[in-house]
Amino acid sequence: MRITKRAATVALLTAATVALTGCSAAGDTTTGGDDAAACEPAEGKVDLTFTSWIPGIEDVVDVWNEANPDIQVAVQTGPNGNGGTYANFFNQLEAGNAPDLGQIEYDALPNFRVQDGLMNLASCDGVLDAKADFVDWTWGQVSFNEDDAAYAIPQDSGPMAMFYRADLFEANGIAIPTTWAEFATAAEQVRATGSYITNFSQSDINQFAGLVWQAGGTWFGNDGTDWNVDLTGDESIKVADYWQDLIDRDLVSTQPPWTTEWDNAYNTGAAWTWNSAAWGANSIASGAPDTAGKWAVAASPQWEAGDEASGNWGGSSTAVFTGSKHPYEAAQFALWLNSSSESLTMLNESANLYPAAKAGLDLPVLKEGVEFYGDQPIYDVFAKASGEVSADFVWGPTMTQTYNDVSDGFKAAVSGNGTLAEALTTGQSATIKALQAQSIPVKE
Amino acid sequence: MSALTETPAATRAAKRARNNNPAPKVAKESPLSRIGAMTVMLVFTLYFLIPIWWLFIAGTKSSTQFTNTNPLWFADFNLFANIGNLVAYRDGVFLKWMLNSALYAGAGALLATLFAAMCGYALAKYRFPGRELLFNIVLGGVLVPATALALPLFLIFSQVSLTNTFWAVFLPSLVSPFGVYLTRIFAAASVPDELIEAARLDGAGEVRTFFTVSVKLMFPALVTVFLFQFVAIWNNFFLPLIMLRDETLFPVTLGLYAWNSQVNQIPELRGYVLIGALLSIVPLIILFLLLQRFWRNGLGAGSVK
Repeated sequence: MRITKRAATVALLTAATVALTGCSAAGDTTTGGDDAAACEPAEGKVDLTFTSWIPGIEDVVDVWNEANPDIQVAVQTGPNGNGGTYANFFNQLEAGNAPDLGQIEYDALPNFRVQDGLMNLASCDGVLDAKADFVDWTWGQVSFNEDDAAYAIPQDSGPMAMFYRADLFEANGIAIPTTWAEFATAAEQVRATGSYITNFSQSDINQFAGLVWQAGGTWFGNDGTDWNVDLTGDESIKVADYWQDLIDRDLVSTQPPWTTEWDNAYNTGAAWTWNSAAWGANSIASGAPDTAGKWAVAASPQWEAGDEASGNWGGSSTAVFTGSKHPYEAAQFALWLNSSSESLTMLNESANLYPAAKAGLDLPVLKEGVEFYGDQPIYDVFAKASGEVSADFVWGPTMTQTYNDVSDGFKAAVSGNGTLAEALTTGQSATIKALQAQSIPVKE
Repeated sequence: MSALTETPAATRAAKRARNNNPAPKVAKESPLSRIGAMTVMLVFTLYFLIPIWWLFIAGTKSSTQFTNTNPLWFADFNLFANIGNLVAYRDGVFLKWMLNSALYAGAGALLATLFAAMCGYALAKYRFPGRELLFNIVLGGVLVPATALALPLFLIFSQVSLTNTFWAVFLPSLVSPFGVYLTRIFAAASVPDELIEAARLDGAGEVRTFFTVSVKLMFPALVTVFLFQFVAIWNNFFLPLIMLRDETLFPVTLGLYAWNSQVNQIPELRGYVLIGALLSIVPLIILFLLLQRFWRNGLGAGSVK
C-alpha cells in the first residue's frame, strides 16, 4: 500500500517535472519506479561508464575489469558533486547521455530521486539480499526507508567521534568530556589556558547536521505524498542554542573551516578538539603535522550521560542512472565496488573512504593502530559509532539551497547578527519556498 | 578587457585633439597629482602582484611550513622538490593537463585568429549585401558571455555525440567575435584599397592577396587577437567543466579545480593545487613577455592611420 502511494508520488513528480521543463523529448521511458522486469543480464560483452571523483578509483576499477572481461567499466571523473558534477549529471540526464553509474552523496540522492534520475535496483539479482551486508542507516539512505527499494548502493560513511589533543587535556588536568554539558565546562577550562576547545564551522552545515542527527533530530520527512520540512524541531533548536551559547561566551573559535588559519589553529594547539567523521582523521594528520602522536579519538559527547548516539557527516553511494541499458551489470559492479574487501581496502588507502559495508568495518587496514594518533586503533571508535547512527535521518530534495541559506545565517550569527536558531528558521521557510517553486508537494 | 578594447578609440581621440591644438607639446603636471597617480598605480600594482608573490612563496614551502610560517616570506626552499612531486603524482597527469591546455589554447587561438582575420578583412574590404547586418550580429556576439553558451552547446554536442571529446572544447574556441571586430577595424585602417588594387592588377587572386599582402599589414592586430584568444581559452573553465569527463582531456584549470574540490578529504592535494597553479600561469607570463612588443604596437598602430 505504501509502495503504491509512493509510485503515485513519483508519477506525479515526474509529470510535474516534465510539464515544467518541457524535456519530455529527452525523457527515456524507463521510470525510476518499480518495474521488475527491467533488470535482466545482457548477452555478450557490456561496456559501462562510471563517473566518480574519488582520486585513484581507476586502480580499483582496473581490478574489476581484469576479473570481469564481459563487464568492462570505464571511469569518468570531474570535481566533487557540489563542485559541478551533480549539475553535469542533471545536464546529461536531460541530454539523454548520462553515464550508467555515478557517485552521489547521500544528501543529494533525494534531489536525483524527485527528478526521476535514479533506477530502482531492487529487482536486480542480489541487490536486496545485500541489504544485510550494509550498515542499517546507510541502507535507509539509499532505499529512502522503503521496502523493495534500492536507488543506489551505499559506498562510504562518516560516523562521527571526537578527535582531541590527549597531551593538552592531560597536561592541564582537564577531563575528557563525555557529555555536552561536560564539553561546555571543559570549554571554559580550555579557554582559561588561552586556547579554544574547538572551532564552530560557520560554513559547513554538514557538520551541524551531523550534530543534530546525533541529538535525534530529523530535518526532512516524506509520508509518501508530501515532504515535511523540520529544520526547527526541538532537537535542532537545542543543538543551535547550545553552540550559540558557546559562541556568545567566546568559548569556541569560528574560523572558516578548511582554511590555512583553521589548519594552523589545530597545528599550534589553539584548538583542542574536533567533532568530525572517520574520514577527518586524515584532515587532522595532514593539516596539523606538527602535532603527530598527540591526538586521540573518543566517542562524541552525549546529551545524556550513558547514551550511545552518534551522528554522521558525509558519505556517498553508487547509483545507476535512468536510461542505463545495463542496470543488471551496473548493479553487480556497484555491489562489488562497495562490499568486496579488495575494493574497500583500496578505496580506503587511496581516498580514506570509510566503508558503508558492515564487513568493511573490520578490514585489517582499519584495525591497525594509527601512528599519528599515538598508535591508537582509532577506527574501532568509528566502527562503534557507525552502529549508533540513527536510520531516521532523511535529506531533502533541495539540499544545496538549504545549505546555502542556513550557512548565510550561520555566518551572520558568528559575526554577531542574529542567532543560529534564527538561521534555521530562515532556512526552513526558504526550503519550503524552494520545494514549492519546483512543484514538489510539501506540508507547510 | 573593456579598458583595453577602448584604447584605440581613446588614443585616436587624443591624437585628434592634439592635432587640432598646436600649442601644448607636453602638458604640465603638478607634483601633487603625479604623486597621487603614482600612489594609485602602486596600490593597484601591489593588488595584482601580491597574490602571485604569495603563490610563488607557497609553492616553495613544504606542507608543514605552509601552515605555520609567514605566508609572504620564504622558509626552506622546496620548489623543485614540490614540482617533482607534482609531476610524479598519478603518473604525471598534471603534465598531460598542461599539454592539453597548450593544445586547446595554442591551436585554438591560432585558428581563431585566422578565421577572425579572414572575416574581419572581408567585412572591411568587400562590399556585399548584408555586410553591416553581419557585422552587427558579430558585434552582438561580443556581448554574449561564453558561459551562457556552454549549456546550449552541451545539449547540441550531445545530439551529435561530441561531448567528452577533444572537439567539444576545441571547436567553440575557434570563434572570436571580438577578434572579428578588431581585425575589421584594423584592416580598414591599415590595408589601403590601393594596395589591393595593385595586387589585383599584378594578377594575384584574392586569397593570395590576403595571405601575402594583407596579413603582413594586419600582423600587429593578429598578434593582439591571438593573445586575447589564447588567454581566454587558457582560462576557460566552465565549458570544459560541462563537456569533459575524461581526465586525460582536461585542461589544467579544470584539473586543478577538480583536485581542489577534494582537499577536504585528501589534504595532500592542497600542495599540488598550489604548485600546479603557479606552474599554470608560467606559460601565460612567457607569452605575454614575448608578444608584448607586438600587441602594444597593434593597439596603437590602428589609431595612427
